[in-house]
Amino acid sequence: MPTFFEKKQLVTPGEMLAEGDYLPGENTYVEAGKIYASRIGLVDSDNKKVNVVALKAFYVPKMGDIIIGTVVEVGFNGWTINIKAPYTALLRASDVLSRPFKPQNDELSAVLNAGDLIVAKIASYDRAHDPQLTVGEPGLGKITRGQILYVTPTKIPRIIGRKGSMISMIKQVTNCQIILGLNGVILVTGKTIEDEDLAITAIRKIEEESHTSGLTDRITQLLKEKKPEAKVEENKVE
Amino acid sequence: MNEKQDKLIDKKGIRLDGRKADELRPIKLQVGVLSNADGSAYVEHGKNKILAGAFGPREMHPKHLAQPDRMVLRCRYHMAPFSVPERKSPAPSRREVELSKVIRESLEPALFLELYPRTGVDVFIEVLQADGGTRCASIIAAALAIADAGVPMRDLVVACAAGKVDDTVVVDLFDAEDKLGEADVPVAYMPNLNAITLLQMDGILSPDEFEKAVNMAVDGCKKIYEVQKEALKTKYMVVKEVEE
Repeated sequence: MPTFFEKKQLVTPGEMLAEGDYLPGENTYVEAGKIYASRIGLVDSDNKKVNVVALKAFYVPKMGDIIIGTVVEVGFNGWTINIKAPYTALLRASDVLSRPFKPQNDELSAVLNAGDLIVAKIASYDRAHDPQLTVGEPGLGKITRGQILYVTPTKIPRIIGRKGSMISMIKQVTNCQIILGLNGVILVTGKTIEDEDLAITAIRKIEEESHTSGLTDRITQLLKEKKPEAKVEENKVE
Repeated sequence: MNEKQDKLIDKKGIRLDGRKADELRPIKLQVGVLSNADGSAYVEHGKNKILAGAFGPREMHPKHLAQPDRMVLRCRYHMAPFSVPERKSPAPSRREVELSKVIRESLEPALFLELYPRTGVDVFIEVLQADGGTRCASIIAAALAIADAGVPMRDLVVACAAGKVDDTVVVDLFDAEDKLGEADVPVAYMPNLNAITLLQMDGILSPDEFEKAVNMAVDGCKKIYEVQKEALKTKYMVVKEVEE
């Protein structure tokens, strides 16, 4: 049961990764007992599981994911939302209004209009149906202020860091509220524009250098330089 | 015609453009050349110059073309008016429509169509300069563009032609050999799965010659695959270098 890769090796679709007693992880597939890569990325194995961390991928909806989407159309009893996935999502009017929806009483475009951004959760999704969204939880709903930035969806786990170490550090130092949409859309809301810009610079740096080791230290340093007065908590989780 | 044919390969076995029978034209590949497409690639294969851009998977438009159980791959092969010596009408010709279909069918086995039902992937192939064997070069570029778009693939698809010129089986025919030679056999191939996804023949070959041609084309594919893999990695190498 050999493997055919070194740790963190760059592989292309179709490269054989392992044979025999291994399990196919993310971005891999099995054909005739052999494991192959299905996307360009970096290979890694975790016990018997072979994973490829994709360097380019798109978001695939999953039930329970928090995402940030744009309203594209106001319909008769809901909205269609662009969630930067292969499918457009639906948000029902009764979900937003939290009471029975009557078309004669409620003007939907007054609640959410085309172009509005919302934080939402994926309520349901399967192969046969487009994803349904819900905003019926605290923290979800229309975005009124802040800045939006887009990253590759595969980079989101790196921005979160191990047990949320990276993101909580950025939040703490910059005093910003940061919502990471798992579809690769990030909302940064701070008290001043400078705070927001610093948080965005830090996130961009993580995105560019997402596969380097010791990244947490460099982000800590960057934040310290730009904001010496803030206390950076040195909790080395990495 | 026969007079010309005599000259296609000289006594030393050298072809019109100076190659030996089993020699490929120089090939140059580049990935991620277009910023507005999800994935893109540019190929220079001899005098061929081809651009490919890929989008998706995204919702199908028009909607009735979407399939409830699988993803739809759409390809458009198009030759620019200036790609050939005589101006070519930009309207899709019978030949272009056929090549679009042939290229689509050679790429489909490499995709996991069942994973994303009701969606579509679009590939646009633009031939900027043609010099024989554009369908093969288009497949090479299209496969790279799809991989660059982040669409999961079983394998990259490589293509190469072989044929018969002056009673000799040669690999990778260029325009003159294609037009004046006796036969042309384009082959598309998935190297890691050892599977042929496209096999055509134009002309007449004996069974032995045909087998030899297919083997030569597959060998050519394997050589081009190394270049293709390298091109795809080069775009993402920056990330890897930082890591090292």
